[in-house]
Amino acid sequence: MLVIALVVGFPILFSVRESLFASSSGVDPTTGVLQSGEHFAGLSNFTDIFSNPTLVVGVWGSMDRLVNAFINTTFFTVVCVVAETIIGVAMAVIMSKAFRGRGLVRAAILVPWAIPTIVSAKMWALIFDANGVANKLLGQNILWLADNSYSQWAVIVADVWKTAPFIGLLTLAGLQTIPDEVYEAARVDGASGWQQFTRITLPLVQPALVVAVLFRTLDTMRMFDLPFGMIGPGKYSVETLSMFAYFENNALRYGPAAAYSIVLFLYIVLVAFLFVKLLGADVVGDPEAKAMAEARKRRKVAARQAKAEGRPVPKPVRSTITSGDSPS
Amino acid sequence: MTTQTHVHTSAEEVHALAHRKRSGKDIAVLVGGIIGMAVIVIYCLAPFYWMIVSSLRLPTMGRSTDFIPNPVSFANYAGVFDPSNNFGRAIINSIIVSTVVTVLTLLFGILAAYALARLRFRFKGAVLAIIIACSMFPGITLLIPLFKLFTGSYPWFPLNWMNTYQALIIPSLSFGLPLCVWNLTAFFRQLPVELEQAAMVDGCTPGQAFVRVILPLAAPGIFTTAIITFIAVWNEFLIALTFATRSDMYTATVAISKFTGQYGFDTPWGSIMAAGVLLTVPLIILVLVFQRRIVAGLTAGGVK
Amino acid sequence: MNNKTTKRALVATLAAAGVLATAACSSTPASSGSAGADTTADWTKKGPITYAQGKDTSGNLKAEIDEWNAANPDQKVTLIELSDSADQQRDAMVQRATAKSGEFSVISMDVVWTAEFAANQWVQELPTDKFPMTGMLPSAVDGVTYFNKVYGYPSTSDGALLYFRKDLLDAKGLKAPTTWAEMKTVCDAIVPEHPGMSCYAGQFQKYEGLTVNVAEAINSAGGEVLTKDGKPAVNTPAALSGVQWLVDGFKDGMIPKEAITFKEEESRQAFQDGKLLFLRNWPYVYQLAQKTDGSSQVAGKFAVAPLPGKDGPGVSTLGGHNMAISKFADNKGTAMEFIKWMNTQDNQKRRLKTSSQAPTVQSLYSDSSLQTEFPYLKDLGDSIATAKPRPKAVKYADVTLAVQDATYATLQGQKTPQVAFDELQTKLTDLVK
Repeated sequence: MLVIALVVGFPILFSVRESLFASSSGVDPTTGVLQSGEHFAGLSNFTDIFSNPTLVVGVWGSMDRLVNAFINTTFFTVVCVVAETIIGVAMAVIMSKAFRGRGLVRAAILVPWAIPTIVSAKMWALIFDANGVANKLLGQNILWLADNSYSQWAVIVADVWKTAPFIGLLTLAGLQTIPDEVYEAARVDGASGWQQFTRITLPLVQPALVVAVLFRTLDTMRMFDLPFGMIGPGKYSVETLSMFAYFENNALRYGPAAAYSIVLFLYIVLVAFLFVKLLGADVVGDPEAKAMAEARKRRKVAARQAKAEGRPVPKPVRSTITSGDSPS
Repeated sequence: MTTQTHVHTSAEEVHALAHRKRSGKDIAVLVGGIIGMAVIVIYCLAPFYWMIVSSLRLPTMGRSTDFIPNPVSFANYAGVFDPSNNFGRAIINSIIVSTVVTVLTLLFGILAAYALARLRFRFKGAVLAIIIACSMFPGITLLIPLFKLFTGSYPWFPLNWMNTYQALIIPSLSFGLPLCVWNLTAFFRQLPVELEQAAMVDGCTPGQAFVRVILPLAAPGIFTTAIITFIAVWNEFLIALTFATRSDMYTATVAISKFTGQYGFDTPWGSIMAAGVLLTVPLIILVLVFQRRIVAGLTAGGVK
Repeated sequence: MNNKTTKRALVATLAAAGVLATAACSSTPASSGSAGADTTADWTKKGPITYAQGKDTSGNLKAEIDEWNAANPDQKVTLIELSDSADQQRDAMVQRATAKSGEFSVISMDVVWTAEFAANQWVQELPTDKFPMTGMLPSAVDGVTYFNKVYGYPSTSDGALLYFRKDLLDAKGLKAPTTWAEMKTVCDAIVPEHPGMSCYAGQFQKYEGLTVNVAEAINSAGGEVLTKDGKPAVNTPAALSGVQWLVDGFKDGMIPKEAITFKEEESRQAFQDGKLLFLRNWPYVYQLAQKTDGSSQVAGKFAVAPLPGKDGPGVSTLGGHNMAISKFADNKGTAMEFIKWMNTQDNQKRRLKTSSQAPTVQSLYSDSSLQTEFPYLKDLGDSIATAKPRPKAVKYADVTLAVQDATYATLQGQKTPQVAFDELQTKLTDLVK
């Protein structure tokens, strides 16, 4: 634990410190040697973000490189997470049905995700090549890997393919805690499949789903290696904030790079905060146990209401547990 | 053993249910489900098929678009295990690092998540926030400070950890833990407190109640989390690339990045794809092995 | 086994975590290492060193190092293979340098990194009396020189070649073009008879290769990216006419549309599939395109020539790698001996034979037995002899991206060459001042 605090906390602090320094660099005219020195720059790295625009042309028109990266990040996050959630939940629901071969499917959905991102980036680059198999199947000649809106969609397809199983798997774990009796009761009451899904499944998997979506959102906002490995650096149509920070870091402008990272960090924190506020505070863990207990009570009531028309929900089978524990 | 008996009953129940109603609607659902599963499998495996196909071509035909390799060649696989690539060693390293990280993550994660879900103490929100904040910082900018730390550039940390397992494991913990804690907290909280209370009424200590009642019930969540953590670490690249510079310390992803064609410019698509296939297969086996555990968690639902 | 203390233990664990988190907050990072940069190197110090470069693709490098180690058991060299991507190689080196780590004693430095590494004083200046470079290609020596000081030792070079379909040209009694106009005439005569074939392609994906290709177009049209005194000149009429040639090529279909996504490999594949009459690429293509295992449809049907230009022979962009010594390395005496040994004429010859790396020793290009073995060698020598380096800029990452921005926007038709390269001129003026 100590080491983790050191390993995570220390670099973050270092970055914050870095973001407050600027390296003054000028080239000595006779030797060509860089006169380097760091000085405390206060918040100038942050203010420079806004006062020093570098115009680039991406899909969204000509704008500051940071703004462009910001919009790309947001765009990717929204599109990818929405698509992943829909596909992921669909996967989970299908897998939760007790069909034969479910094990196989479960193993299959892990495949996209088990392939290392660098490999999958290369694989998709091969597929989306101008003379690749995607164009062959589509009968088109689309230049996916250039720098245009097709590149964005290529990234989105690859990302959704890779990470929808993550949501699917977490949702499945949540689904499995829903007792079959709940569905049975609903079926007896004549609830349609869709009603069962929206009235029972969704509310009950919500905690698991929210965690999954939250983590996917935070992850997508930091998206780096997929667009970097697939489309390449310096492509403004797919440049995310992480990629921009990486570029600055690479160009040895550590101050601005750290500043951009912190901007991204704050953006992520903001989104996480809103997320938690809007989609159910109970995942965060309420500060007080009282609130927690209340939330639990509320949830139970909600669950009971959901199946209010049904016959009484079987009580938790306490006897099973008891008998299970008695040998101890 | 309790779980076992229980699995038995519910399996029977399911069986009975399946036989009791075989109405047309159920068959429609069944067919729909099968189609749905087929779609999922195709969706997931079609690009993977492309990977396999690409790996079975001749090394010089990496960019071909034929749907069936012609001729089929295992040269890429032989290439992957060429002694100069040290790939076998890299897989062992990956297994060591991923396993240790997964075990440690679960160990800390389960305890922390259980505490967060059940215990009342102050600043709980703050603890959770800190845990998640750790995982939110863009990883790339952390590398240089970490590099300085592990090369012993700081007087207060005089150890050189380059090319050691701990340098690969500890930073990886930082991204495995938050997800684990969060996921399991949500999970534990779904389990009613009454379960432990009942267990304690029956004479269990809180510890026993936790180990014998809660843990088995949380099995699906725990195994899911374990798989997720394992895969995340298995796929980790930047940390391993930075801290492993000796070829006997490479992890598999790093080893793949060092594959090159013979001439520098030519990307060895075939070997990369072959290595990707080889990296994926152990995970699939892992899942199939633990399948039973995951399903056991499903049917042992004491919450029913 | 767990008992009532568990709960307490949990609380304690979590409390500890919290305390640590706050403790981490109050710890101020120590100021970065104080290892002062020594200005003079100790060229007598011998001992074990490391050598870091991209992956050893042929296995020859390992053999060479084994040979060295056998002869110098107390000055062993350990090979550190970096990733295949140039960006990742540079990352690894910059990480070590900024941490003032001497983990990499000797590095293999791309020609375009020289200015940056030298200006930051990450690599040791090499005294010319200790590192004699007679007999080396002048352009390669120029590639390691920064402000009249030498920071690396030439190891490999590279230049572009024009690959062409000799079978088709011969059938029409045509010979390899030396100007763009001639190339167009040849294409007009041949391409219409071969559906699916285009005239010419280089590397126009947005990456380092685009900088290389556009610099070649500009230089081949008589323009310059940077003038001799280091001022940018990308919006002169000559430079613009070079860019215009590429733009027109895309517009009138001389260059296929998908070439905008071509890197080296994509363009090689297109040539091997018979989709191109002319290809601009590096020497490595030669042996791959000659493969007769079915992967290449042009084996035995092509030949090479120097690049064509606007009014005469074209100008290639210089590539290659040089060996440099980290400023923070120990045992620089061994590093010096090792570098010189690695680049003797015999060792460079061996590297050419085993891994097709273009040598920097001038005389090898006129070696007749090598010329028989490598039919492209003479043309490559000519190409390198007139090759021009890319801009020597400390902020090379910014310079090359700015060049790529302007070129890519122009080739995609988003901006006219005049507008894009006027902007580029302004940016470059700011970047290289």
